[in-house]
Amino acid sequence: MRPLILLFLLLASPVGAVEPAERLADPALESRARGISAELRCLVCQNESIDESHADLAHDIRVLVRERLLAGDSDTAATGAVVARYGDFVLLRPPMKPATWPLWFGPLALLIVGAGCSLLWLRHRPQAAPAPLDDAERKALETLLREDM
Amino acid sequence: MRRLLYLAPVGLFLVLAGYFAFSLRPGYDPHTLPSAMIDKEAPVFELARLAGNGTIGREALKGHPVVVNFFASWCVPCRVEHPLLMRLAQREHIPLIGIAYKDKPADSARLLAQFGDPYRDVGMDRDGRTGLDFGVYGVPETYVIDATGHIRKRFVGPLSAEAVDHELLPLLRTLGGS
Amino acid sequence: MFVELGHFCLILALFVTVVQSTVPIIGAARRHLGWMAVGRTCALAAFLLIGCAMAALMHAYIVSDFSVINVIENSHTDKPLLYKISGVWGNHEGSMLLWVFMLSLCAAAVAVFSANLPPALRARVLAVQGMIGVGFLLFILFTSNPFLRAATPPANGHGLNPVLQDPGLAFHPPFLYLGYVGFSVAFAFAVAALIEGKVDAAWARWVRPWTLASWCALTIGIAMGSWWAYYTLGWGGWWFWDPVENASFMPWLVGTALIHSSIVVEKRDTLKSWTILLAIITFSLSLVGTFLVRSGVLTSVHAFATDPARGTFILLLLLAAIGGSLTLYAVRAPSLQGGGLFAPVSREGALVLNNLLLSCGCATVFLGTLYPLFLDAMNGPKLSVGFPFFNRTFVPLMVPMIIALGIGPMLAWKRGDLLGAMQRLWVAFVAAALAALIAYYVTTGGPVFAIIGLALAAWLGAAVIAEWTERIGLFRMPLTASLRRAIHLPRAAHGMTAAHFGMAVFVAGVSASAFDREAIEVVPLGGRLQVASYTLELQSVDPVTGPNYRAERATIRITKGSEEITIVHPERRFFTLQQQTTSETSIRTNFLADLYVALGEADAAGKWTIRAYYKPLVPWIWIGAVIMAFGGAVSLSDRRWRVGVAQRRRLGSAVLPAAGE
Repeated sequence: MRPLILLFLLLASPVGAVEPAERLADPALESRARGISAELRCLVCQNESIDESHADLAHDIRVLVRERLLAGDSDTAATGAVVARYGDFVLLRPPMKPATWPLWFGPLALLIVGAGCSLLWLRHRPQAAPAPLDDAERKALETLLREDM
Repeated sequence: MRRLLYLAPVGLFLVLAGYFAFSLRPGYDPHTLPSAMIDKEAPVFELARLAGNGTIGREALKGHPVVVNFFASWCVPCRVEHPLLMRLAQREHIPLIGIAYKDKPADSARLLAQFGDPYRDVGMDRDGRTGLDFGVYGVPETYVIDATGHIRKRFVGPLSAEAVDHELLPLLRTLGGS
Repeated sequence: MFVELGHFCLILALFVTVVQSTVPIIGAARRHLGWMAVGRTCALAAFLLIGCAMAALMHAYIVSDFSVINVIENSHTDKPLLYKISGVWGNHEGSMLLWVFMLSLCAAAVAVFSANLPPALRARVLAVQGMIGVGFLLFILFTSNPFLRAATPPANGHGLNPVLQDPGLAFHPPFLYLGYVGFSVAFAFAVAALIEGKVDAAWARWVRPWTLASWCALTIGIAMGSWWAYYTLGWGGWWFWDPVENASFMPWLVGTALIHSSIVVEKRDTLKSWTILLAIITFSLSLVGTFLVRSGVLTSVHAFATDPARGTFILLLLLAAIGGSLTLYAVRAPSLQGGGLFAPVSREGALVLNNLLLSCGCATVFLGTLYPLFLDAMNGPKLSVGFPFFNRTFVPLMVPMIIALGIGPMLAWKRGDLLGAMQRLWVAFVAAALAALIAYYVTTGGPVFAIIGLALAAWLGAAVIAEWTERIGLFRMPLTASLRRAIHLPRAAHGMTAAHFGMAVFVAGVSASAFDREAIEVVPLGGRLQVASYTLELQSVDPVTGPNYRAERATIRITKGSEEITIVHPERRFFTLQQQTTSETSIRTNFLADLYVALGEADAAGKWTIRAYYKPLVPWIWIGAVIMAFGGAVSLSDRRWRVGVAQRRRLGSAVLPAAGE
């Protein structure tokens, strides 16, 4: 329940995101920077990416990422520079490591188990299952229901 | 076996409820983050001194354990922890290095003039870059740095008397400070 | 005086619901008709009492009674009337009252519209709803009382958060809560059925309208919330996979599965214990959502004032409601025997697949939302799980879902002909291929996921229409004949067609967001910026004074080529009381695409930051959701739900009308 769901309390001013002044002149670099920013979490506003947030810290990190890219860093290295400071927590896409295997593979494992169970259930249902209700049985059902009243 | 299958939902729910109860334990705040910089060397920085005489850099942190405190005149919680910082400086003689985060020098100076200056040295981090390199995500933040210049602990938010007595001072003692 | 009256009504409602949750259930066990009938009276009385409490709080807000703490904290005399009213549920205490009010509304609706239910079943259903009511009334009275008075009333209040001062607040929470709480009816029916140990076609037929109604409300509620986010945020985001959003999305997913599985129970008398489990889980997820949002264990942009005492209280409620019902399930469900044999390839099989994929989807969202919490509890690293995770896990699960959604309704009950169905769906294959080609051509090879998404949408849309035309025999027989068929087709069938078609429209809207164009420029007065094929000219920015804010209102002329399209007026509002700025975006839509304009800050040189976005097909996201809800409503209006009722009441042993479709 979420009321106030869409209660963006932490967004002091909602017109957020990248400021024109931050942008890099090279469109290719800028688009890489946007891509990286979209997957970095803004720490102050918790569930927004720094690309969406207008918080001061998000601005600083956006600038940091752009500086790294200008300095010739790869996307991974630029992301790494932020992770070195703030930890895995800033990654909106959790890194793949043993601690996150259940997270990443859980859905697939569940699907397989679920599909297996469904198939088993389809195969091994009691063979002597009653046929669907015919008219007489429906009547009987109705009578039973009436008795309940 | 079939029965067990029907017990699975309630079992799973109880595990879940256990986790929920665990995360409601007193003293647990899901909003605080551990620092990624623990046991790493403090980042390089070069900040103008508030006093106006030259700059302060990473070298100033080495040689003996120090406490680095990020503060700002515009930060209300900083005033809450200020008396504690004064106590640390005056009574415990802890070497405190202040870093004024995104603050105007005149404002920082006024703050320290008004409430007292607990710091041995204050650097001006005007653009917040040093804060970013330390992994600061909100002032005040306090870092304990050992004699070799490695970050050993971070406190987010205003220090409490409890945190000072039970965590900060014992840690400094083991680091062989003061 | 009204405030005390409201408070008193709430306390009285607690006692009434205590009676409602005990007497009827004892009556049902002892087959005492008089005791059973108490449930109906109590449900109606509780509804009236909680309604009075709601009205009293609303009155306090309207007259700005600043002797009430809740009003002080969330209202202000300058606030427009609409926000004084909707502000009632713009805070924790008031929203809990709305929650309980919706719960009592559902119970009263069951009391009124269930004359056809066997009295014992009705008594048990109402009793279970009463128990939920007791829990939440206790919660309100002990930890979140909106009627508490302040010792010294201030001259004015703190005002409502500016972000909430939006018409969205008037409609979004009530629909959402109606959806959440509406599932309590299905939950109560499930628990009652477990107590009785009897689940049959009649049971499924009784539950379905309630499930459908809450599903419609939840669909509308979620869609409104997402639309609200879209037009307020200033950059056009509409879904963030935020824990609080997920908390509303999970009951929707399982609720959707429940609607489908209850069809199988009704028509084929099988999947019983699974359907009961879904009914329990759907409402349980609503409760878990309440816990997550109001206990503060998860961090979310949707902040509520949280309090560990509230968290503990809700956790106890969860243990009682969910733990209790699932224990009952573990004891009773094994004895629910299903019948109805069917081949894997059949309508039933397709519905099982639907349930499998929706449940896995829900489990994925659940895992993504709560895994960071688990890891933290096990002293693991702190993690964030954001949209990239859900895009990589949840979205792929929905691809087979959409494909199967096109085929499922084409399959016959018991044993379907997959190959035959595929052959009859040739139109859909052609549509999908065309859509993919067009999308590829128009966007010159745009993102591959968007192209797949649009192809899927076209596939589903065409498949739904193909199924519908086939069913009414369009093109196979004279038009009048197929018209007659269309009229005689059960409304539920039309409803299904509409809801599935809405899903196709929704998928198209979501996929096309990959083709968005954006322009963010610093523009002087008289300056221009270009987005897609539109030119925006910033003509002026004027100061405007609102009731409780000051604003800067831009006048932006939009042209395409030499033709003037429109003039828009995005605003930046500054709320003096809260010292907070909000953005009023301007959205120009032609229902095929939105042109979205937001005004940013001015720089020292008096130039303004303008953000303009061209978003093709974005309106379809909400249009699709509305069509889905409309489909649900059409299905809800099906005569079968009522005809069966009247006949049974009058004739007693009337044969159930033959299952349609």
